[in-house]
Amino acid sequence: MMRILVVDDEPQIRKFLRISLSANGYEVVEAENGRQGIDAAAREKPALVILDLGLPDIDGQEVISAIRKESSVPIIVLSVRAQEMDKVEALDRGADDYVPKPFGIGELMARVRAALRPLQKDTAGTILEVGDLRLDFARHVVTRAGAEVHLSKREYELLHILASKPDHVLTHTEILKTVWGPAHVEDTAYLRVYVNQLRQKLEADPVTPKLIVTEPGVGYRLRTSG
Amino acid sequence: MAETDRNDRPDPDALLAEAKRAARGRLKIFLGAAPGVGKTYAMLESAHERRRESIDVVIGVIESHGRAETEALIHGLDRVPMRVVEYRGKTFEEMDLDAIIARRPKLVLVDELAHTNVPGGAHLKRYQDVEDLLLAGIDVYSTLNIQHIESLNDVVERITTVRVRETLPDSVLATADEIELIDLPPQDLIARMAEGKVYVPEQARRAAHNFFSLGNLTALREMALRHAAERVDAQMVHYMRAHAISGPWPTRERIIVCIGADVAGLRLVRATKRIAERRQAPWVAVYVETAHHASLPEADKDRIAQAMRLAIQLGGETVTLQGEDVAGELLTYAREHNCTQLVVGRPKRRGWRRMFRGQSVTDRIVAKTSAFDVLLVGGDETEAVAPELAPRPESAGFDWKPYGIATLAVAVATGVSFLIDLWLPLPNISVAFLLAVLLIAMRLGRGPAIFASLVSFISYDFFFTEPRFAFAVSDSQNLLTLFFFLVAAAIVSNLASRVRRQVDAAKTNARRTLNLYEFSRKIAVAPGRDEVLWAVVHHVASTIRGRSLVLLPKDEQLEIAAGYPPEDRLNERDAAAAQWTWGAGKPSGRGSTTLPAAEWLFLPLKTVRGPIGVLGVQMAGQDGLSPEESRLVETLADQAAVAIERTTLVADVEAARLASETERLRAALLSSLSHDLRTPLVSILGAATSMLNYHDSLSTEDRKDLAETIRDEAERLNRFVQNLLDMTRLGSGALKPNADWVDLLDVIGRAIERAGRLLQGRHIKVDVDKKLPLLHIDPVLMEQVFFNLIDNACKYSPAGSTVTVWARRREKEALIEVCDQGAGIPEADRQRVFDMFYRVKAGDAQPAGTGLGLAICRGVVEAHGGTVHAEPGLHGNGTCIIINLPLPEPPSLSAAEPAKIATS
Repeated sequence: MMRILVVDDEPQIRKFLRISLSANGYEVVEAENGRQGIDAAAREKPALVILDLGLPDIDGQEVISAIRKESSVPIIVLSVRAQEMDKVEALDRGADDYVPKPFGIGELMARVRAALRPLQKDTAGTILEVGDLRLDFARHVVTRAGAEVHLSKREYELLHILASKPDHVLTHTEILKTVWGPAHVEDTAYLRVYVNQLRQKLEADPVTPKLIVTEPGVGYRLRTSG
Repeated sequence: MAETDRNDRPDPDALLAEAKRAARGRLKIFLGAAPGVGKTYAMLESAHERRRESIDVVIGVIESHGRAETEALIHGLDRVPMRVVEYRGKTFEEMDLDAIIARRPKLVLVDELAHTNVPGGAHLKRYQDVEDLLLAGIDVYSTLNIQHIESLNDVVERITTVRVRETLPDSVLATADEIELIDLPPQDLIARMAEGKVYVPEQARRAAHNFFSLGNLTALREMALRHAAERVDAQMVHYMRAHAISGPWPTRERIIVCIGADVAGLRLVRATKRIAERRQAPWVAVYVETAHHASLPEADKDRIAQAMRLAIQLGGETVTLQGEDVAGELLTYAREHNCTQLVVGRPKRRGWRRMFRGQSVTDRIVAKTSAFDVLLVGGDETEAVAPELAPRPESAGFDWKPYGIATLAVAVATGVSFLIDLWLPLPNISVAFLLAVLLIAMRLGRGPAIFASLVSFISYDFFFTEPRFAFAVSDSQNLLTLFFFLVAAAIVSNLASRVRRQVDAAKTNARRTLNLYEFSRKIAVAPGRDEVLWAVVHHVASTIRGRSLVLLPKDEQLEIAAGYPPEDRLNERDAAAAQWTWGAGKPSGRGSTTLPAAEWLFLPLKTVRGPIGVLGVQMAGQDGLSPEESRLVETLADQAAVAIERTTLVADVEAARLASETERLRAALLSSLSHDLRTPLVSILGAATSMLNYHDSLSTEDRKDLAETIRDEAERLNRFVQNLLDMTRLGSGALKPNADWVDLLDVIGRAIERAGRLLQGRHIKVDVDKKLPLLHIDPVLMEQVFFNLIDNACKYSPAGSTVTVWARRREKEALIEVCDQGAGIPEADRQRVFDMFYRVKAGDAQPAGTGLGLAICRGVVEAHGGTVHAEPGLHGNGTCIIINLPLPEPPSLSAAEPAKIATS
């Protein structure tokens, strides 16, 4: 049974998370402040940490850094909308993903499942299938309903980095650094244009994209399910 | 006197205007302070009177609001049927303009002059209809509440915190031929309201309750009374002009205070200020400058200048007239400006001078006029009028040069006389000398002229009287000639030098007036405090050809607020002098009697409210200020003080306005909070307790239903809280767009996805031009904008209809529209829907919004430098919210893509 550590100072939130996570077959360990959370992360060796950023004792950001020093356990951050800077900082400090509050349980479970999915270090040789799309990274071929989709070098690289962490959010900076190089981390305009082009080629309806999802102010996510 | 002549002839323009009025119908307005004072009633009563005079009276439109007394008066009057107008599926009744004109009554009654017509008629506003009636030669009776007058709109809003949307240009009221003020004491009006005799539209009940407070009504009544009084006043002046009736006709008071060298000016000004304040009357300090002014002692000039400056400080006007007949000039001015009262001082001229010069100005004023009240203020100047400034003396030391020139001129005259005497012996060669004396007097003034006459006398005596080349005078005839020559020379030189002084004085005065005029013009156009300060220092510096600065208090400390040339620190001595001036309210520093060792001269900036700062000046050279310059600079300082204070007052008024706006918003917020927070909470609590209490008896279906209710209502609550948060941050200015290059389609897509469950069968059509470049916007905030717009569009349009999101590039702007196929927004509400907590009154079937969504949209869009407004949709169906966003040049994408490669 996988163990999940929930760090949140609100007993009501801990309660409903415990009930829902248990119902999904996870074992839940609870901590009600940052210090307890750091201790529990070291002691209980959880498979995943769900961390609220607003904690009574230490700043949630510090908790991420503290946990990251000891382990590479996936961390999902619970944050308030409209605090994009906080989300980006959490991701930069090593959090794996975030869920904006308030959230439905379905949304959280999708993130939990994605975070717990074992990551392939090397996507070469992987084939990713989403709907009628088939991304074959070994052969550098992308097909949609069997027909090959022609991508430019940058489009392909962009798709590649998104697919390297399916269902995970990738920040603008991360993507720009990898695809365009460290000199272009500020050039979000590049990213907008290329994401748009990719969507035109890959999405059934580019207006409401199902594959490449925008996380406003933070980055993008390649969604493989729901 | 020419002025009087003009006044005795009727003014042709005014007569023409009167003649024009005769052809038009006459407009009479029944003016009231608030609804319910009985304007309509009074109008109907007058109409009945006219009818008894067998004048053809018809009713164009009367809003009786179901009042029985008013209804009763309508009977017996002919009525032109109302026109029925269909608008947006509803029917309205409007005045039938064409039918009235066709009917051609002598007099028509048109209620509620400020009314806005339902679209479809000839005019947007009822007063335009009335204008047509008047042009057709039909007399009109109409009613109006004071708060509808355009120029009073702001004031009314500030007092009552209720904004009146239907306004009437002041010109309509101004051109009315007659105004009858319908006055009802506020207590009575409140009583009438309590009895239900005041009609209030259903949707305005709560606002009305606040509106009809004693304080508001008293203020409005005062405003109505004053407006009516002012108008009567204006009418009277007009009538007087047109019929050449010489003033004054006492209506609203105007007071003149006469300043002179021989009266206690400061006392006079203070007394006048008190009188004017008590009577709420404007006042003017007048000084008549005669040729004699130039030869007044400096101390007298200072006193006059001080009195005039005090008048400025105390909020009066000042006027300097030119002329020789002081009393005559004053009275002419008073008559022309329809002044009612003259304040004059009891002269303190000593007995023998009085005998010598005759009557004093005061005596002559009292003798010459019976039309004015003349108030005689006595007493000596009790306060020290010793000059606080020690200006540089007019001439430092004795100047020998003019006397040298005078001697030379006499020598030349002697030479010329010799030549004349040689060729053409004249009996009275002295005329040549007289010429020389005259020239010297005109050029060099009195002293050298007297000197020249003496030298001429000696020279003439020596060279041209027998015995020649001796000072002795043998002939008694020659002695007499010499004596008359001396007297003539003295008189001529005196006269000539006086003319010269007058010319000089006139020039100085013209320069000074021009300087002050330019200064007042500069500070009048300066929009803000900084601009005023800059204009002050710049003007003062250029006037004295030196440097100047303004120091203003900040946290109890004086700080340099502006300087020309820019200056940001003072040495210790100067700082001490400035501080002393600030504390004592008197000049200090260089050229004054206090701390004269300082480099700067500091003058207090004072207004009627007290000191507001300090003006520092520094001459370019070593010289101090001349008496004339110091008076000018002091006057400038006073004007500057008033101007600087004005900007502060403007800021205060603005702050007060904001405070009342905040108050209004707080009230609206509270009512919104209690409603919008509670409604979803009721559903959530209800659903949750149902599940708890009846868990066992509920079917799975029911449980799911209840859970969905909880979820949907919680989401609704979340949206409301989000809007509240955004609004709060917008209000506090904390919501700064975090702009980035964003694909508009992406933002719209996100908003549509979030709106998902709210669509409930409505179809969304997105039509965004593919060629639209990236926008530089905050993706999160703009997503909220589109979410709110789509949410609204769904809320106010039927299920199954289409909501269209459309975007195109227009020059340097992005044009974005969100359109629905709902009922649309009435024109009157289109601007207001963007106001916080404003909701269009909806039928029962429609869900009420929170009144925040569109306000946030406007806030966010404006924070992006864009605009948003509402328009009817295509063919007048539904609503389009139209957003214009600036479209900056997007960054170059040339480096984005390396050489293209095949992917296979």
